[in-house]
Amino acid sequence: MGQYSLPGGDASTSTEFFAYPHLMTGHDHDHHHDHDHSELSETELRVRALETILTEKGYIDPAALDLLIETYETKVGPRNGARVVARAWADPEYRARLLKDATPAISELGYAGRQGEQIVAVENTSALHNMVVCTLCSCYPWPVLGLPPVWYKSAPYRSKAVKDPRGVLRDFGFELPEGTNIRVWDSTAEIRYLVLPVRPDGTEGWSEERLADLVTRDSMIGTGLPKQPHEVA
Amino acid sequence: MDGAHDMGGVAWSGPVQPEPDEPVFHARWERRAFALTMAMAMPGGWNIDMSRFAREDRPPTEYLSKSYYQIWLAGLERLMLERDLIASDEIEAGKPLHPAKPVAKTLTPDHVAAVLHRGGPTERDATSAALFAAGDRVRARVIHPPTHTRLPQYIRGHTGIVERVLGCHVFPDSNATGAGENPQWLYTVTFDGRELWGEASDPSLKVSVDAWEPYLEPV
Repeated sequence: MGQYSLPGGDASTSTEFFAYPHLMTGHDHDHHHDHDHSELSETELRVRALETILTEKGYIDPAALDLLIETYETKVGPRNGARVVARAWADPEYRARLLKDATPAISELGYAGRQGEQIVAVENTSALHNMVVCTLCSCYPWPVLGLPPVWYKSAPYRSKAVKDPRGVLRDFGFELPEGTNIRVWDSTAEIRYLVLPVRPDGTEGWSEERLADLVTRDSMIGTGLPKQPHEVA
Repeated sequence: MDGAHDMGGVAWSGPVQPEPDEPVFHARWERRAFALTMAMAMPGGWNIDMSRFAREDRPPTEYLSKSYYQIWLAGLERLMLERDLIASDEIEAGKPLHPAKPVAKTLTPDHVAAVLHRGGPTERDATSAALFAAGDRVRARVIHPPTHTRLPQYIRGHTGIVERVLGCHVFPDSNATGAGENPQWLYTVTFDGRELWGEASDPSLKVSVDAWEPYLEPV
């Protein structure tokens, strides 16, 4: 296994990205126990125990937990944000509303609430690239992007994004052109940021639905670009 | 508090490692830890700033070696233990050993969608005029509160420009300690990369931080 390789579905992977660099080379606790899973089992058992205690004490309803999980696994995710972006690309008036006051504009599509009570949309251009981070924890616009990926919550991203964002983009495999300025938004309060990426060339006349297929999660965080037309066929 | 959670600009970054086709959760227990945390806020009665402090207020070695949802779990246990909703012998035993504490409300399935849709808006009516306006130069104060704060260390002492006035918002530093919402004006303040990181920094870099008025002083 390479030092950052990701065994599919292995529960230990989330730890790997969170720790110190020396811990991130495969030496962190859970990862060390790939073959016996003793610590994982301990965490799993502890969560089960807590759920039992809290249910029996009448503090929680496990059916509400199921629904919360289902919501964020199947309903609230980056597909929502992609629809917002696609509409902004297709409809100049919507784009103007989104950039002026994103919260009501996003709410027009039905997306609002928890961890997106107040959203600001920031527009990428050929002269300016925007990137969003939360250096203090993991603040992220849930209604439009869902729950944050592990790398967004990791020490490398949270430390590097505000100091060397071009280096972060290189980690994601692309080089920002010299002439493009870069702006990083650190989500330190309850304002959440959504990047409006540049619409790819060659998409004139596309429907919103087709355009949405080009919009990647990372392009709305500012660590990636939208897909090109040939990538979605 | 000055803790390991305050990561902006620290030197031990290393490469960011995106995971292709990453699932929302990586294990069953992560799903349940996430949902338990969400569902317990209502009966528990704590606010988001108390939750954040319960997660970040731990030794750096622990903060940095636990996974994200392990920290959530540790934070949740702490919030419940502090309020006697559970006891540590119950966690060890894996079952209730003491009577439940009466709670005002629990989250039921029929309320999940509405609760999520409502969220927890933090903007409040202003009771005083904003001290700063867009275009003003401000300096982030050099302060080191021992309790929860959302003023990251990397901007303290540095000068930036007020870019947006975001309204009056619940002040986390008060809200986290139970001292009340104490709403304060909130601003987007934009710093030049070289102001934060020195002359060798990327000259095309600007960093915007949302900062409450008590974090700032006029220049």
